[in-house]
Amino acid sequence: MSASIWVRVDATQIPVREGRAVMVGDREIAIFNVGDRFLAVDGRCPHKGGPLCDGIVSGDTVVCPLHAWKIGLTSGQVERPTAVAACVRTYETRVEDGLVMLRIEAAESAA
Amino acid sequence: MRQLVVVGNGMAGVACVEQILKHSPQFDITIFGDETHANYNRILLSSVLAGEKSSDDITLNPLEWYQRNDIRLRLGVRVTDINSRERTVTGSDGSITPYDTLLLATGSTAWLPPIQGLDKKGVYQFRTLDDTRALLSRSGPGVKAVVIGGGLLGLEAARGLQVQGCDVTVLHLMSTLMERQLDADGGNYLAGKMEDLGIKVLLNRTTTAILGGDAVEGVALSDDTCIEADVVVVAAGIRPNVELAYAAGLYVNRGIVVNDHMETSNPDIFAVGECVEHRGVCYGLVAPLVEQAKVLAATMTGNKGPVYTGTVTASKLKIMGVDVFSAGDWSGQDAEPVRFEDRALGVYKKLTVRGGRLAGVILVGDTGDSHRYMEWLRNGQDLTLQRRHLLFPPPAEDGGLDIAQMSDSATVCGCVGVTKGAIIEAIHERGVCTMSQLKDETRASTGCGSCRGLCESLLKAVAPEFTDDARNVMCACVPFSQDEIREIIRSQKLRSVQDVLDIYGNGQGCEVCKPALSYLVDVVWCGGHDEDRSARFINDRVHANIQKDGTFSVIPRIRGGVTSPDELRRIADVADKYRVPMVKITGSQRIDLLGVKKEDLPAVWADLGMPSGQAYTKGVRMVKTCVGTEFCRFGTQDSTNAGIEMERIFENLFTPHKVKMATVGCPRNCAEATVKDIGLVGIEGGWQVFVGGAAGKSVRKADLLITVETTDAAMDASILFFQYYREHARYLERTYDFVERIGMERVRKETVYAPDSEQEALRERFRRSKERSYDAWQEGRTPVNVTQFIPLTPIERVTA
Repeated sequence: MSASIWVRVDATQIPVREGRAVMVGDREIAIFNVGDRFLAVDGRCPHKGGPLCDGIVSGDTVVCPLHAWKIGLTSGQVERPTAVAACVRTYETRVEDGLVMLRIEAAESAA
Repeated sequence: MRQLVVVGNGMAGVACVEQILKHSPQFDITIFGDETHANYNRILLSSVLAGEKSSDDITLNPLEWYQRNDIRLRLGVRVTDINSRERTVTGSDGSITPYDTLLLATGSTAWLPPIQGLDKKGVYQFRTLDDTRALLSRSGPGVKAVVIGGGLLGLEAARGLQVQGCDVTVLHLMSTLMERQLDADGGNYLAGKMEDLGIKVLLNRTTTAILGGDAVEGVALSDDTCIEADVVVVAAGIRPNVELAYAAGLYVNRGIVVNDHMETSNPDIFAVGECVEHRGVCYGLVAPLVEQAKVLAATMTGNKGPVYTGTVTASKLKIMGVDVFSAGDWSGQDAEPVRFEDRALGVYKKLTVRGGRLAGVILVGDTGDSHRYMEWLRNGQDLTLQRRHLLFPPPAEDGGLDIAQMSDSATVCGCVGVTKGAIIEAIHERGVCTMSQLKDETRASTGCGSCRGLCESLLKAVAPEFTDDARNVMCACVPFSQDEIREIIRSQKLRSVQDVLDIYGNGQGCEVCKPALSYLVDVVWCGGHDEDRSARFINDRVHANIQKDGTFSVIPRIRGGVTSPDELRRIADVADKYRVPMVKITGSQRIDLLGVKKEDLPAVWADLGMPSGQAYTKGVRMVKTCVGTEFCRFGTQDSTNAGIEMERIFENLFTPHKVKMATVGCPRNCAEATVKDIGLVGIEGGWQVFVGGAAGKSVRKADLLITVETTDAAMDASILFFQYYREHARYLERTYDFVERIGMERVRKETVYAPDSEQEALRERFRRSKERSYDAWQEGRTPVNVTQFIPLTPIERVTA
């Protein structure tokens, strides 16, 4: 398993049931406050690159604002359209001292 | 095949042909019509005159119908002679057409009282579509119109002319209006209502002459007074057209005399409609002619048997806000009157009961119970046990579904004679589930249209698909219809989207129901709800329209499309400073800055120094204007300033779907007001207020809501409609779908013709919402949370 790093983000500023983008190097990650925890996925929709952080949250899914693709935030799976097998990368999160820690694979955070 | 020639292409003749076509084919059919139009609904001419319907809307049988049924239609040809020995008819074009069977459906014409000068220009009758079009072209604000005759037709003509802006006086020979349908008290109530509408009513007036040279200038009365007039409409009564029948040797009294099988004195010639006299009665209404047509079709097709025994007729005045209904014998001879009146409400009801049964009824101001009374008149039921509930029925136990109490034989559509049973059969047997299918299959509600509500309740109650459609469960997350959700929000005092979802839904919601609920809590609490931005689409979180690459478009408000060099310079500077990839003039007379980054929005707004144009939301978009009297040489109204004022009145409010508006200074309509959600069209001396127009995904010509004299009145009418739409439309329902679903008649009745108290309540809720509204771009300076526009930045990296 490759080495990974944790990135600290002040995600307390994300209102409940909303998401925000965070740039880690040149990688855009969308972090969501789903009420009882924070979930993070790649920031762009696998369909046409819509900004997932701007989507409406429904439970632990987010709906892309461009064409309403629905992405599971824990699995990264596209849940709608159901015929699509695509997925987005998910990122492990944990909360420490009121800050959100995002786990990034080291090889990917070279920038 | 035998040759059937029909003289008359009106409602009676064609109704009879429709009935004949239901029998086995045996006729080769030719129809002569002296008008140049396919069969249309004559009783809706008053709605055409009032601008509520277009002439296309009232067509009953389009030309394709004639073609489909192989009927030769001879439009514009009047039959001038019948040779009953040779069995031919002669047309005004000189043609001679043989027949085996002849059907006379010649109808009636206006009775012209002995008045000198009726041939002057500007004197009209009100019987045909051509009469109506001629009247429309002559009427307008400031035109003085005199209507001779205070009966149904005269009053409807008067109201139509007044809606077109005319200054209208009704002259009536008798001492009360509609004396054939109403007693003196009812007539007085009606006169009061007409006066309230702004129509002058002069009773006991005999017109002796039309004054003027070639064209009418006024009318002279028998008391030696004169009244100025630019237009005179003669509506003093009708008389059956019997000349042809008389010449053909038929037995003619006041009308063509027919027996119960609808036979005349000649076995080859039949007659139907207003031109016949049955048991001494000539009818001038629709219901009898449909009943006659059914019997006659049986007789003519060799199925003689059914008999026509006369019709219990009912009259209904078709004037919005003036409800009048009359049926049966209300004269009170040997009868007990049962009365109710309330002068403040303008409601007058009188029933006459003879031998425990209903003999007649008059309703003014509230005709809601007319179907119940018609049913009692038709079936002659003994009312002894219901004596206490004649005027005030006991509350229905099933939530007022009056339709459930009707028997299957009860008539729903009195004009065409369609029973409740027939409608239920159409629903069950032929899968009817929409109003238009019902009209096609049964013809119900194709007459005066007043039974539409009943038909719809019946569809809702019986047709399964229609029930689903009407319930229209908004979303699986909150399984209620939008109407139910509004009521839940109101009665349970829920002020936030999450409260509704937690208590009545699945607690999560989704991208469909959350924006809808956000709108509903806003409108129910007039902006006093608890705003939850997480339930809003991104556009409503950052007040800009998201584009395909995740950037945003910025459209500042440019009220009425009027800008200034200074504003334009600022827009240009912003475009430069923020490297805006595209600057575009929109179709709504505004300027769009496309490709702005989310984090730049607050600075862009600040530099623009202009308010939000709400181009990203379901809310008030813009008011498109023409230059009106400010510069245009044709302008009749200051449409530019009216548009700017209108935009100020409505801006910053949210609506079920976007609302686009326009004001134009004259009927040339340069800013396309008749395809906007709300459009004001300036005319000489006033404004026409149009609603429900569209020129996008759907294209729909707007309906006339009302014609008013002042700009303030036009704004007020717009406010009433706007707030009514906000409170009754489903989320994402544009006004053009809304007015079709609700029906313009009901929209008018519940807005501009609603009682004062209801109007005031609408205005009050509008005012409260407006007071709480604000320019969303102020959030650029005071964001609702610190990350509203800016992305997060990582604080540091920690190697694990």
